[in-house]
Amino acid sequence: MQLNTKHFGVIDVDERETLYFPSGIPGFENVKRYVLLGKQENESPFFWLQSVDKPDLAFVVTDPFYIKEDYYVDVDDEEIEEIQITDAENVLTLAIVTIPENIRQMTVNLKAPVLINMKNNMGKQVIMKDDTFPVKYYIMSGGSEPPR
Amino acid sequence: MLVLSRKKGQSIMIGNDIEISIIDIQGEQVRIGINAPRNVTVYRKEVFEEIIKENREAALVSVNPELIKGINIKRNENQKDNDDNRQK
Repeated sequence: MQLNTKHFGVIDVDERETLYFPSGIPGFENVKRYVLLGKQENESPFFWLQSVDKPDLAFVVTDPFYIKEDYYVDVDDEEIEEIQITDAENVLTLAIVTIPENIRQMTVNLKAPVLINMKNNMGKQVIMKDDTFPVKYYIMSGGSEPPR
Repeated sequence: MLVLSRKKGQSIMIGNDIEISIIDIQGEQVRIGINAPRNVTVYRKEVFEEIIKENREAALVSVNPELIKGINIKRNENQKDNDDNRQK
């Protein structure tokens, strides 16, 4: 399957690698299919969640456990029922990165991680109820405050 | 939008299994009880809107993928200090 993407031009994507988000991603509810790009390139902690249906839509994502060592995900079982997660194994946890013009101010959303069930390629962005982790975690300063 | 008036102690039903109760009213503040199946997620609207806003902002990335690859991140302040020390 060929995809004409905004950031990567025309790319070839294996249809079996398509991730299905039954509820989309908040703000983009109608966009249900994504692929992960750049995951195999180990030298970078960042990769892309690229929309299949809307080629100009892509999110930079990263591994939140790499960004913050004491990170954890706490959600009700019922919330992840939709993507049929039954145990923590085979779940890929991603966090969406926001990159403003001043790249040093880049943040990662630790409050609402994207969970992917690797067994069935279904994904969902979940919102944690407690406020342990911020929506804007500044990577460069390692906290809720922008780097000086 | 459907607008209903309710008094303290009264409820409304949404469908068969979601009940919204007015627990208490104190001036401008209303305490609301929600009874819903566990697979129905309930958030304060501000929280949900904050996530939507953040996602929209994140989706605006106009950054060159090659540039992003080149970013090195410091995992935390301690590590940064260690790195600084090493450089000295």
